[in-house]
Amino acid sequence: MSTIEAALPLAREGWVGGRPRRRRILPGFRLTLGLTLLYLGLIVLLPLTALAAKAAGLSWAQFADAVSAPRVLAAYRLSFAASLIAASVNVVFGVLVAWVLVRYDFPGRRLVDALVDLPFALPTAVAGIALAAVLAGNGWVGRWFEPWGIQLAYTPTGVVIALLFIGLPFVVRTVQPVLADLEPELEEAAANLGATRWQTFRRVLLPTLLPAIVTGFALAFARALGEYGSVIFVAGNLPMVSEIVPLIIIGKLEQYDYAGATAVAVVMLAASFVILFAINALQAWQGRRAGAGT
Amino acid sequence: MSIHTRHLDKRFGAVPVLEDINLDIASGELVALLGPSGCGKTTLLRIIAGLETADRGELYLAGVDASDTPARERQVGFVFQHYALFRHMSVAENVAFGLRVRPRARRLDERTIRTRVAELLERVQLQGLEDRYPAQLSGGQRQRVALARALAIEPRVLLLDEPFGALDANVRKDLRRWIRSLHEAIDVTTVLVTHDQEEAVDIADRIVLMNAGRIEQTDTPEALRMQPATPFVAQFLGAPAQGASVAAC
Amino acid sequence: MPAHPRHRRVATTEPAWLRRLLIGLAIGFVGLVLVLPLVAVFTEALRKGIDAYWAALVEPEARAALWLTLGVALFCVPLNLIFGIAAAWAVTKHEFPGKAALITLIELPFSVSPVVAGLIYVLVFGAQGLLGPWLVARDVQIVFALPGIVLVTLFVTSPFIARELIPLMQAQGTEEEQAALTLGANGWQIFWRVTLPNIRWALLYGAILCNARAMGEFGAVSVVSGHIRGQTNTLPLHVELLYNEYQSAAAFAVASLLALLALFTLIVKHLAERLQVRPRAPATAPNIGGIAA
Repeated sequence: MSTIEAALPLAREGWVGGRPRRRRILPGFRLTLGLTLLYLGLIVLLPLTALAAKAAGLSWAQFADAVSAPRVLAAYRLSFAASLIAASVNVVFGVLVAWVLVRYDFPGRRLVDALVDLPFALPTAVAGIALAAVLAGNGWVGRWFEPWGIQLAYTPTGVVIALLFIGLPFVVRTVQPVLADLEPELEEAAANLGATRWQTFRRVLLPTLLPAIVTGFALAFARALGEYGSVIFVAGNLPMVSEIVPLIIIGKLEQYDYAGATAVAVVMLAASFVILFAINALQAWQGRRAGAGT
Repeated sequence: MSIHTRHLDKRFGAVPVLEDINLDIASGELVALLGPSGCGKTTLLRIIAGLETADRGELYLAGVDASDTPARERQVGFVFQHYALFRHMSVAENVAFGLRVRPRARRLDERTIRTRVAELLERVQLQGLEDRYPAQLSGGQRQRVALARALAIEPRVLLLDEPFGALDANVRKDLRRWIRSLHEAIDVTTVLVTHDQEEAVDIADRIVLMNAGRIEQTDTPEALRMQPATPFVAQFLGAPAQGASVAAC
Repeated sequence: MPAHPRHRRVATTEPAWLRRLLIGLAIGFVGLVLVLPLVAVFTEALRKGIDAYWAALVEPEARAALWLTLGVALFCVPLNLIFGIAAAWAVTKHEFPGKAALITLIELPFSVSPVVAGLIYVLVFGAQGLLGPWLVARDVQIVFALPGIVLVTLFVTSPFIARELIPLMQAQGTEEEQAALTLGANGWQIFWRVTLPNIRWALLYGAILCNARAMGEFGAVSVVSGHIRGQTNTLPLHVELLYNEYQSAAAFAVASLLALLALFTLIVKHLAERLQVRPRAPATAPNIGGIAA
């Protein structure tokens, strides 16, 4: 042994009261966290605080008046109902598209896979006028419904269709990776135990995919609730009939009714945050499920 | 270079992983940290490398208090259990990395670096694989690239975390012998972590046997087997238990 | 996403007729809901011929809108690139209390309606806003001017790059960085030589998405722009303006530029996804691109 040993104290003394050492192993923590907090503080938190401050300045009566006006209530009803319907339809077709993309090989599969992201990349205003053109009475789709007296564009139906467009990738892209990661042994075991394909899907696959499906639904719903650009061009924007909540906010802003706009927005924002919270909880659930499975 | 620790303590949250670790390793020794999984041996190795900090206690490298020396200044060669090769770099680039990131004043010229890399690859018997990428290598080859990369910085200590853990049984035996002979050839203090007592006995000058965050006994393989200090040591090395009850791991 | 569907085994696939039916339904739905509107953009744009199409693009107000849109993106994307990398580094390479809350905060703008995003900036910088009197006294205009457009765009696009990097860097872990550290590399060397090469394609993809959204944002920009022709009208706002003035062909012509940008984005995304090596991440954190709101 080296001679230093003698010099090193073996008795434990003098250190007991000291604070445990904490040192960062990889560099850059202070710099990057500082930058992140600064940026978030300025860009995200400061304006949200302004909304909170403005909302706190409203009296309860002011708030209630603003959000319970019949026109506003009608808009809430439309926004929530249309988002709910669109997200539900998207669950069915989103799972179908994800299933087909993961399980089957067919010409153009890659193209379809790439196109699913189109609503992510296409500016909403472009989607809006394009949908209006397609759904109008003389449009490619609208003309098939016109003779039956069914109007798609400029009605609540148009709102739902626009939200279908916007929400589809959320369901597909949430379900797809989970579906791709499923072990084939799972289904083989079910088949081996005598289950039909449908029974296997119902009893084995669907429960496994459920957390992802619910997450996809919540994401599509949340997005639909706040959507503006793609909807206003096909909605017709008739008060009490086809006017969505974001448009109410814009209307109030144009009349310099900041208090009213704030009140309406606070309800929307609260709904968004509840959904965000639910999505986080869902993803934790999904994580636990996946963790238990492997 | 010698390694000494005094009263090292480490907790992860409320769980103690190391308690009062006093370790003395002389320059040039080949020492194995042996123990069941979860006994804290890898944490101890990482503290020596500076990849983890002890909550309390001191670490001396070559007699100097290195407790607060950052990992990048310790000049310690570390071979990770899963090698941690840079996947976007070829074998030669991996080995040269430590030489290329030196401060400009101490950096070698590119030709010297190339020569050094060639020498190192010859030493680990990987000539001809310079331009391969980690994904194109077998487990044993990756292990040797990781070793060459660690040796490139002329480490004062070589630390190996479960160096045989991820390899086939027959490759392990060869590699064990080869590391032993490498150690004799380059004479650098070497500490390796293993949970396999046969491996430790076969390769190490001395074994530090750990259990539940504490050192049970430090001795030569023969001494451990002949004079186990605690029932745990006896049980872990498969020697007669001498009638004592055995601590659970 | 897998490059190819796994080879299915006999016991776990469907009869051919059902497969064809499902494929047909899926393609039909995607075609009807996604492809048809996209095709409509281009046919409507060319309805009055190529000359009218070209005229709509080179007309001064359209050109001004194009330059404004490019300028805003050119400013916002680099800033968000720095923010995204810094946030991902802090969150994935270090442990600290409150990390989960920070990640939620980073993704928060995704859950805020674009119109609400615009509103909150009006509440800070508008004449009646929090800082309004102070700004008015100094004759600084933020809302209904260029700075407002830039700020809301920053807000709306801030999560894109971080959201792309965080799951990837989490899955990649920190071992390679630790190895670089023991070999003597400093912080910048670790980032440039080890981390960046491992995330470059995801970074490119995040930047491209961020750019698409920065150029295409409509709701939030609409609230704070003030719609001054030739000055604060971005491309999407210019599309709306033309459309509302019944200049349909011109509106679609300008819209087709944005549609081309979207197609370019999809292509880059597809390539980047194939080039980015991803460690087999657990199915727990579906990377949905997170392009919400």
